[in-house]
Amino acid sequence: MLTKEKPAPASSPKQAQTITGAEALILALLEEKVDTIFGYPGGAIMPVYDALYDYTDKLNHVLVRHEQGGIHAGQGYARSSGKVGVVFATSGPGATNLVTGLADAQIDSTPLVCITGQVFAHLLGTDAFQETDILNITTPVTKWNYQVTDASEIPDVLAKAFYIARSGRPGPVLIDITKNAQLQTFDFTGYQPCKHIRSYRPKPTVRHEYIQQAAELINQAQKPFILWGQGVMLGSAEQEFKTFVEKSGIPAAWTIMGAGALATDHPQNVGMLGMHGNYGPNVLTNECDVLIAIGMRFDDRVTGRLDKYAKQAKVVHLDIDPTEIGKNVPVAVPVWGDCKETLPLLTELVEAKDHLEWLGKFRKYNDQEIEAVIQDELFPTSEEMTMGEVVQQLNELTSGDAIVVTDVGQHQMVACRYAKLNHTRSNITSGGLGTMGFALPAAIGAKFGAQDRTVVAVIGDGGFQMTLQELGTIMQTGVDVKILILNNQFLGMVRQWQELFHERRYSFVAIASPDFVKVASGYGISGKSVSKREDLRGALQEMLSHKGSFLLEVMVTKENNVFPMVPQGCSVSEIRLK
Amino acid sequence: MRNENHTDKQEFNITVYTENHIGLLTRVAIIFSRRKINVESLNTSPSEIEGIHRFNIVITETAEVVRKIAGQIEKQIGVLKVYFNTNQDVVWQEMALYKVPTDVIAERAIVERLLRENGARAVVIRKDYTVFETTGQREETDNLIKVLQPYGLIEFVRSARIAIIKDSDGFHRKLQEFEQSEPHDEVVENEYLNSREKVFTM
Repeated sequence: MLTKEKPAPASSPKQAQTITGAEALILALLEEKVDTIFGYPGGAIMPVYDALYDYTDKLNHVLVRHEQGGIHAGQGYARSSGKVGVVFATSGPGATNLVTGLADAQIDSTPLVCITGQVFAHLLGTDAFQETDILNITTPVTKWNYQVTDASEIPDVLAKAFYIARSGRPGPVLIDITKNAQLQTFDFTGYQPCKHIRSYRPKPTVRHEYIQQAAELINQAQKPFILWGQGVMLGSAEQEFKTFVEKSGIPAAWTIMGAGALATDHPQNVGMLGMHGNYGPNVLTNECDVLIAIGMRFDDRVTGRLDKYAKQAKVVHLDIDPTEIGKNVPVAVPVWGDCKETLPLLTELVEAKDHLEWLGKFRKYNDQEIEAVIQDELFPTSEEMTMGEVVQQLNELTSGDAIVVTDVGQHQMVACRYAKLNHTRSNITSGGLGTMGFALPAAIGAKFGAQDRTVVAVIGDGGFQMTLQELGTIMQTGVDVKILILNNQFLGMVRQWQELFHERRYSFVAIASPDFVKVASGYGISGKSVSKREDLRGALQEMLSHKGSFLLEVMVTKENNVFPMVPQGCSVSEIRLK
Repeated sequence: MRNENHTDKQEFNITVYTENHIGLLTRVAIIFSRRKINVESLNTSPSEIEGIHRFNIVITETAEVVRKIAGQIEKQIGVLKVYFNTNQDVVWQEMALYKVPTDVIAERAIVERLLRENGARAVVIRKDYTVFETTGQREETDNLIKVLQPYGLIEFVRSARIAIIKDSDGFHRKLQEFEQSEPHDEVVENEYLNSREKVFTM
């Protein structure tokens, strides 16, 4: 809501006010309840920054150090808060630096509205200074994009952008505004939020016959198995999901994007799916009789070899996006809809059961996994530290209440496998795109989106070096992010594959690092590096209790492999424990 | 479905109703190029409804792939509705123009007969050249090329395919429903509902 202090444009209709396009943009953001913007100014977006200058009391603009950092921060903000992340960038290189983040947000369904400046409309197509055809560059990686060349379009286009970004299956939207449209004045008659677009149907009407059929299948099942993904969180359906799981008594496993929607220690949470997931959930996928997939998309990292995936099972798929249903895995009952609506309907029709014997089977596999993998990873007897024991110690110190942001690679798999998550929206990672360099800026954004929570960014030595310039953002804003670098002096996941599948030909995976503590110190951030087990807990404690950001580097064993593993091209039931 | 119809590639006619927005053509086109599918023919022009464009796209693919692609296209904002049909399900035509030297036509009665046999009609007659037009399916328009080549065919062009769906009852009613903020059940089609046996098999 706008306050009265400013003589400025009220948003009530009828009374037209003459304002610039840039100011209309700022007013639109306020109307959409935006509180934080991640951005970087430049020539073609200067009028917007000029308008922003009058609203710094209502909009917190976080100056990042690189536009990629800006968009990952926007993603982190969106993922921790459930709101739309807003990002500003200028034209040309500013805009192209957003592309990785857009692709990441598109594949992980993260709601974003990115505003890019563009050269004057009369210069479009002339190879003007800092002109790129950002609309065509970003078309494959946005849910929607649009170029504004006339100021009067701005209110409606922004309303549409926010509606599209957050509704249905969320995703990134990019609005490119030419400089003339930012400068141009027009008669602003008020902001109307968008509620309907005739060529966009964010969610379908739920068809009860399918709920009925799904319930029948579930009620007849001897070995039903729930797979859930991020859709549960995107639909804010955690409670509905928990009720369904508890009434049905069915064991439930998660995709990496779904982690935390049901607490890690819930008795029916049987673990993680996929390539580095848990033993039981992978093996028993090929033994269950009814597979209930909720808000997940059967990514190849989850399914392994598709023609040997759950062939014995009848699949019930709940998803808001009809194109996901039957995309990779044939479906017996398609429950197309928002799981916030469909889950309660399904819960009502399923019989209360406990499936104790079937759950016991997951536990048996879990015992084998503990013996073969987990024990040594979390409580090693070797001299050198493992990534797992760092995560384990972190769990004990945070009690599972922290937001864990991870980068990409071995540490990501270890952190996602072992992090204790008590709350939803607590696991922020680049799942679909696997973007190294994601964690540090995403953690900054996550903290802005959830200021009362502890945010720990778990990052590898490789990924940290991709976006470490964002330490500057931490320095300038004073945001409190705990940075935990697990340093194995390798690009670990690639090294693991080279070891397993390329005869240990370690081609360009040994990576040197600077003195991270000194780097942090240069930015005024306290830090510490530990390489001995006896120092670990104290250092983690120091990091967590430190006022403000802290960088802790933990030197871990160099050539550890993440297991279990479903080798590429293998079935989930061929998962290897070593 | 593992029957032959489902896994064999054949020509499909994809009909797309869209808003008339800049950039939508790219959004539609990249859905094919991303999957390395060649678009064999593409026609886009205003439909009978103001502000609504109609695409006709021809590709050769399996029914399963076409179904998924149609879903991906329909998901794009700006796209109202997508239909896909085999050649048997549509009435389709292409138009072709042929430019030939006028003196040859004038001199040789046989050319005139051939044109008549192929249903061609003259669009422009000048001293130096004449432009003929035919409408038909690929073989028919191809055939006339062969016929005219020996008589000095100067230039040839063929339009993209346009196709009418045999069992369609038009788009007006559907559009009216889309314009309401709470579309009726029947309009937000659930393809899984009425033709589930066709779409999903265990």
